[in-house]
Amino acid sequence: MKLRNPFRTAVVALIWAWMLLFVFLPNLLVIVASFLVRDDVQFVRLEASLQSYARLLDPVYAGVFLDSLGMALTTTLVCLLIGYPFAYAVSRLPARVKPLLIFLVILPFWTNSLVRTYAMKLLLATNGLTNQALLGLGVVDAPLRMLYTEGAVIAGLVYVLLPFMILPLYAVFEQLRADLLEVSSDLGAERWRTFRYVVLPLTMPGVLAGCLLVLIPAVGMFYVADVLGGAKHLLIGNVIKNQFLDARDWPFGAAASIVLTLAMALLLYAYYLSARMVRRRSADDALA
Amino acid sequence: MRWLKHGYLGLVYLLLYLPIAVLVVFSFNASRNPYRWQGLSLEWYARLWDNDALIQAALNSLLLATSAATLSTLIGTLTAIALHRYRFRGKRILNGMLFVVMMSPDIVLAISLLALFILIGVQLGYVSLLLAHITFCLPFVVITVYARLSGFNPQMLEAARDLGATDFRAVVTVLLPIIFPAVLAGWLLGFTLSLDDVVVSMFVTGPTFEILPLRIYSMVRLGIKPEVNALATVLLILSLVALIGSQYLLTRKRGKKHENSEEHPVGHLPAER
Repeated sequence: MKLRNPFRTAVVALIWAWMLLFVFLPNLLVIVASFLVRDDVQFVRLEASLQSYARLLDPVYAGVFLDSLGMALTTTLVCLLIGYPFAYAVSRLPARVKPLLIFLVILPFWTNSLVRTYAMKLLLATNGLTNQALLGLGVVDAPLRMLYTEGAVIAGLVYVLLPFMILPLYAVFEQLRADLLEVSSDLGAERWRTFRYVVLPLTMPGVLAGCLLVLIPAVGMFYVADVLGGAKHLLIGNVIKNQFLDARDWPFGAAASIVLTLAMALLLYAYYLSARMVRRRSADDALA
Repeated sequence: MRWLKHGYLGLVYLLLYLPIAVLVVFSFNASRNPYRWQGLSLEWYARLWDNDALIQAALNSLLLATSAATLSTLIGTLTAIALHRYRFRGKRILNGMLFVVMMSPDIVLAISLLALFILIGVQLGYVSLLLAHITFCLPFVVITVYARLSGFNPQMLEAARDLGATDFRAVVTVLLPIIFPAVLAGWLLGFTLSLDDVVVSMFVTGPTFEILPLRIYSMVRLGIKPEVNALATVLLILSLVALIGSQYLLTRKRGKKHENSEEHPVGHLPAER
């Protein structure tokens, strides 16, 4: 019976073939390339070497890696600080307005993210609207330099990635039972203790999911750094892109991408562990 | 406390919409200076209309997004059905690979596909873009459709089989109509992801097939060009119409079938790809 099901065989074969050819094999190629030597004609020369990894330890590149990670982490933190109270406030509103408000969060993100990055540039430029407003109101005497700074890159990343933080947070706040908060205050806990011991642990899965969904794209969005950061404030994505498309040093670009992947895998693993811990702790609490 | 909460919500929405509003307003500006308002004009729209290369790039993008969304929806829907219905060897590995594609940074996917295309000699252009876009859209389609399938009663398929339908026929006549809203949502998601993508396209594009996001990228990288405002406004209106239209279709479909299962949130969210 099993063998005579051609539909099943065809579908399973199709998806397996696709994933092997376009996911497994390409990643294998990148891993192999990272251990080879650069060649001007053929991209890589078949000669085993660890020199690309050694170059990553060079202070110049290690610095870019750390800066980029710092910008991505700051972006994540800012998104969390904006998104957490926002998601909470929306989830406590009457049910009939909630779908509309969430729709309004998602709506801007159906427009091209490059276009949105460009819109940020209009606002942040030296003679742009923010500076015109600040000068007009007399807040500053000379226009502030906002474009081509680290802050501009972070602002752009936050703007583009914020809904990825808000949506998972909103999902956990929606499931948060209001009676638990009442129980906590009936038992004499003041607001801060209720937040610390009831709300925060219960919303932790949403916090972690949101942070991952923001952090992972944030390291690679080289166009945000290009448009808002000039050539000075680079993300890891810019380094990899430059090595592949401009400097043509594939082994080095491949090594950088593997280190990035490993860092992300480590974060995912940490997410998995902490999510499991949260689940187990709430299971223990339920039993106690 | 209440006004504080509402004020905060208002502030966040202001932050979300202010840049877009500025973009739209200044697309009607008569001045060449992108920061000074000098009265209404449609000059930039006229220039947009005359820019043949830009219009060609937009048409290319539409062709690419339509074909990538259609093919990834086809493969993704079949995959979701297989993952839901069948046990087969390596199912967990397959799940894992789909997860890896979804969670790995775009740039990692981009360079790996570039390496593959160079190695096996795929000419960089429409075909390479299409294969890459299908690959990064796939997991999102699978998730969207799979979420809908988990609410599906498998006995309906068994009933079809008992009545003599083959597996293929049972899927087409019983399963597909029920999961259709999710399939549509998956298509729409794939379409948006494909139109929005800069990172992967940048790597696997070729000189023969220019697409809109890359064209915009080269325009905005160095300076500010008012034509881009006009172009962005047109794109904004198009995606707004598409979004509202699809919401209308989805809710009407669901209302008719008296379904009340929740749509998976990822179905409405264009991820950054």
